[in-house]
Amino acid sequence: MNNIEKELVKKVMDNELTNADAYNLRVNGESVERKNNPYIDIISKKDKSGIDVHVKDNTLFGIIHIPVILTESGLTETVYNDFYIGKNANVIILAGCGIHNDEHKDSEHDGVHRFFLSEGAKVKYVEKHYGEGNGDGKKILNPITEVEMQKGSSMTIDTLQIKGVDNTFRKTKAILASNTTLVINEKILTSNNQEAKTEFEVILNGENASTHVTSRSVATENSYQEFKSNVIGNNKCYAHVECDAIIKDEGVVKAIPEICANNIDANLIHEAAIGKIAGEQLTKLMTLGLTEKEAEEAIINGFLK
Amino acid sequence: MLELQNISFERNNKKILNNINLRLDENKFYVITGPNGSGKSTLAKIIMGIEKPDTGRIIFNGTDITNITIDERAKLGIGFAFQQPVRFKGITVYDLLKIATKEELTKQQACLILSKVGLCANEYIDREVNGSLSGGELKRIEIATVLACHPKLTIFDEPEAGIDLWSFQNLTQVFKQIQKEYKGINLVISHQERILNIADEIILIEQGNITKRGNKNMMLDTIFTHEVCSKGGVACE
Ligand SMILES: Nc1ncnc2c1ncn2[C@@H]1O[C@H](COP(=O)(O)OP(=O)(O)OP(=O)(O)O)[C@@H](O)[C@H]1O
Ligand SMILES: [Mg+2]
Repeated sequence: MNNIEKELVKKVMDNELTNADAYNLRVNGESVERKNNPYIDIISKKDKSGIDVHVKDNTLFGIIHIPVILTESGLTETVYNDFYIGKNANVIILAGCGIHNDEHKDSEHDGVHRFFLSEGAKVKYVEKHYGEGNGDGKKILNPITEVEMQKGSSMTIDTLQIKGVDNTFRKTKAILASNTTLVINEKILTSNNQEAKTEFEVILNGENASTHVTSRSVATENSYQEFKSNVIGNNKCYAHVECDAIIKDEGVVKAIPEICANNIDANLIHEAAIGKIAGEQLTKLMTLGLTEKEAEEAIINGFLK
Repeated sequence: MLELQNISFERNNKKILNNINLRLDENKFYVITGPNGSGKSTLAKIIMGIEKPDTGRIIFNGTDITNITIDERAKLGIGFAFQQPVRFKGITVYDLLKIATKEELTKQQACLILSKVGLCANEYIDREVNGSLSGGELKRIEIATVLACHPKLTIFDEPEAGIDLWSFQNLTQVFKQIQKEYKGINLVISHQERILNIADEIILIEQGNITKRGNKNMMLDTIFTHEVCSKGGVACE
């Protein structure tokens, strides 16, 4: 890897790659480095590009890293990654995609991630997206995440789009059996003419299935964001969806909530709030000595933290 | 020294402050009191730069600060605790204290500041400054952020509001200590006799005018015999 690529990996991974129990590093369309261990097995797919990750039953605190880096302008790829998490296994998966584009051709990475959680499995999935480079070629990321949760399993999905992604369309779909919990935290910052769309569909099939979806976003300059969520409750279940957005300059945010209760004991809540930074928040931080610009940054950083 | 010269403030054809002239000296504890809606908070906001007066000048330690911004006044050493503390999303108590001190602040130092306002620090330091905190907790944190700035002029707008009876005693101790530690001007807006009692000087504002001013003993005698309309504003005709 050259220096640009090394730096890019750092931007999307807080942790050193080699600290992981298992990892797969993908650079410009090829898997270039991989590590497996007795509990976690990463295998390349035969029919298409991507990997299968198998985590054995009862694996405790496995850490898996799967960063993807694109520095070749004009590269467009769709990658299929499947995760099979064994019974009562407990893993943390750090995914991230960084694109560096200095040319005028568009670069695009579309990751299709499917998670199959067996009974009692626990997964924390963290995904960071980042774009950089001086070319006018676009940096495009369209992730699709599908989750199937068996009895008693739980999953947390943290997604963060930090900077520099021109176009993104994120689709997440989850089906939950009984006594499962799915927590989704999404954070997005857009600027310039960027566009970000997210779509969530959570189907609560089992008794005592619950989900908590939180989206916090900031749209600045001429950027556009759309948040669409659909939660379907087919049993005694609980859902809380929260969309909270700050708009600045000419930024536009659209939130489309949909909740559907097909069972008398389904309890579904959707909250959405869009607005500019509250004037009194700026004022308070200015009384503590921050300039207006610094105050604005502190409020946005806190909001997206 | 803080000097207000001919400060007037009018909104919707209503005179909220009417040609206020006031001089506040170093090392003194002032309490402003007066009926609801008489213009006390407005005056405090004008000193901090949150509101701009229609006329008049503000001189702080020899500098004309009438036209400078809020943050510039903060940097000159003016601190203001809001009557209604502001809530945030994602900003923690520790973050706010770090912003206030403008320097490296260890958690231990932050805890020390919180303990001054009677908060058990470990429970609060990482809490977000949002609606999940109770009114009294927010109020204490608000006071702590101002203490953390070490201002030369501190303004507290009804610091006692929402603070329970048991802690109230401690709060008056905090003010006494501020008075001892920070050699500066302390200005507190309050309706509470206990706070009035620790003042060097009491200033009565009614309908946008300073109607009485004097040392504590003289004022406490007159204030409570003074006719003030309970519906706010000046005494009813
Ligand atoms: N920006 C504004 N626009 C219109 N009216 C205002 C504005 N600011 C203050 N006022 C009015 O000015 C009056 C004085 O308000 P202020 O908040 O200063 O009162 P106060 O003395 O602090 O009262 P309290 O004891 O209830 O806190 C009130 O009648 C208020 O409604
Ligand atoms: Mg007031």
